[in-house]
Amino acid sequence: MSVLVYIDTISGNISKNAMEAVFYGSKIGPVTVVTNGGVSADKLASLGNFGATKVLVQRALQSQDASQLTRLVSATAGTTGATTIVFSQDLTGRAVAPRVSASLKAGLVAGAVSLPDAGGIFKVNVFSGKAFGNVKVNSAIRVVNLTPNSIALETGSGSAAVEEISVDCGAPSYTVKSVEKQEGDILLPEAETVVSAGRGLKGPENWGMVEDLAKTLGAATACSRPVADIGWRPHHEHVGQTGLAIRPNLYIAAGISGAIQHLAGVNGSKVIVVINTDPEAPFFKAADYGIIGDAFDILPKLNEEIKKLKAQN
Amino acid sequence: MKLLVCISKAPDTTSKIDFVENNTKFNEAGVQYIVNPYDEWYALVRALELKEALGGTVTTITVGGIDDEPVIRKALAIGADESVRINGNAKDAYYTAFQIADYAKKGGFDIIFTGKETINYNGSQVGGMIAELVGMPYISLASKLDVNGTTAIIHKEMTGGVEVVEVNLPFVISAAKGMAEQRIPNMRGIMAARTKPLQVVEPVAVDELVSFVNFDLPKAKSACKYIDPANVAELVHLLHTEAKVI
Repeated sequence: MSVLVYIDTISGNISKNAMEAVFYGSKIGPVTVVTNGGVSADKLASLGNFGATKVLVQRALQSQDASQLTRLVSATAGTTGATTIVFSQDLTGRAVAPRVSASLKAGLVAGAVSLPDAGGIFKVNVFSGKAFGNVKVNSAIRVVNLTPNSIALETGSGSAAVEEISVDCGAPSYTVKSVEKQEGDILLPEAETVVSAGRGLKGPENWGMVEDLAKTLGAATACSRPVADIGWRPHHEHVGQTGLAIRPNLYIAAGISGAIQHLAGVNGSKVIVVINTDPEAPFFKAADYGIIGDAFDILPKLNEEIKKLKAQN
Repeated sequence: MKLLVCISKAPDTTSKIDFVENNTKFNEAGVQYIVNPYDEWYALVRALELKEALGGTVTTITVGGIDDEPVIRKALAIGADESVRINGNAKDAYYTAFQIADYAKKGGFDIIFTGKETINYNGSQVGGMIAELVGMPYISLASKLDVNGTTAIIHKEMTGGVEVVEVNLPFVISAAKGMAEQRIPNMRGIMAARTKPLQVVEPVAVDELVSFVNFDLPKAKSACKYIDPANVAELVHLLHTEAKVI
C-alpha cells in the first residue's frame, strides 16, 4: 500500500496542513512525499518526523499551476507505484486533486475527516458540516483530499531521504501578474484558535479588543458576513457558508447571533465559545461555553484573565 | 463569446438535514431546492455580465433528472439564453464532470464556469475534473474575472493572499465570493424563461469511481455551559482544564 503525498511548500515553509497530510499518509502505508519549488532540503528531510521515508522535489517548478502540478503528481504516482495519493484540502489541493483524479481515473475522496476503516471506507464532510458521508473508492488508485485539522498530529523522529527530480510538467497554463499578500502572521485557514466578531461590535473602530485578545491567544481574527459586506473587515476574514469554512480547536464568537449560514462555516470547530447580549441568540445552541453579556465588557476581561493564565504557566 | 455555466441544485441553506432508508438517502421531505449559491450568485451572474458587455451566449448545463428543471428555469429567468440537462443520476462527481466534459468538447465554449463547491457535497471536485477531461487550464477559487480579447485577468485565492493571473481562453474557472452580486429575477425574466430552449441530452456511460455507502449525523452537541459574565476567570479555567484548548 504505497502512499504518495503532495505538499505545497511554495512559501518556503512546511505548513501544518502539509505535516498533517504526511502523517495521515503514514498511517495508511509507507509515504513518499512529492513537492516543488525552493524549500530547503533540511526542512524536507524533517518530514521524516511525520513518517515520510522519501521526499521528491521538483526544483524547476516554482509556481502552483494546477495543470503542471497534475502532471508532476500523476507521473510520480506512476514511478512510485502509489495506490493512495493524499493532498491537504487547502487551496492547492482543491485545484489539483480533482485534476489528478480525472487524469488517473482514480476515485477522489473529497474532504476526508478520517482514516479509511478496515473496509476502506472514509468519512467525509457533507452538507456544509451538518452531516458526514461514508464513501468507498471503486478504482485501483484512490486520491484523498484531507480536511485540514482533522487528524491529531504526532511528531516522531526520523529523517527522510531527499531526492531532486525532473518530470516533464509541460508549459504553464497561466502567468502570474502580481501577488497581493494579506496582513497578519497567522493565516485564518490554518489557525488553531480564532477570535471572531460580528455586528454586535457596532463599528470597525471597536475591533481593537478583538485583535488584542487574538494577539494574547496567538489566534487569527475572523468576522461574520454582514461585517465583511459593509466593509468593517476585509472579505478574507468572513467565515460562513459563502466565506471560509474553518475548523479551529477554539472558536470565540462575540456579537454574532449565529445564523445557520454562519454556523456552516464554523461547526467543525472543536470548542465554541459564544459571547452575546441576547440570551435567545441561536449561536448558544451550537456553543460549548456561553456568556450572556456585552462583548465590550467581556472581551477585555477575557484578555486579562488569559494573560494571567499565560503568566502562571 | 460562448459561455457555459454548470448549475447544480442544492437544498435551501436552512433545510433540516437527515437521512432515510438506513441512512443511505437524503430525506427530501419538505426540502426546498435552490440553485447552488456559488453557481448562481457568482458563476452565472458574472457570465451574464460578460455577455452583456462583450456579446455572446450563456448556456447552462445541469446533470440531473426532470426534478431539476425548476432550478434550471430559475437560471433561465435570471438571464441565461438556453439550458442543457443531461438526463442522468450522478452517483459521484466524476460522473457529473464526465457528462459535462463530453458535452463541452463538442460546444466550442470559451469559458466554462462552476461554483466553488456545492453546499450539499462541498467537494470542490467538478471544475478541476472537467478541466482535466477537456484539457483546459483550471483557475480555481476566483474572486474577479475580466476578459480582454482572447485573454482573461483573474484574481484567485492563494494561501495568505490573492494572485492576479493572466490566462488564454478557453479555460475552466470556479467562482467564489466577490466575482459578482446576486441578481433577483424579474417578472419578464420569469415569463421568458418558460419558453427558452431546454435541451435534454442522454448521458454517456461512465464508471462510478466513488460510492456513498451511507451518511451519519454529527453527535448532538452537549448543552451549552453558561458562565456568569461577572466571572470570566471561570471560563478561562474551563478552557484550560476541561476543554484543554488554551
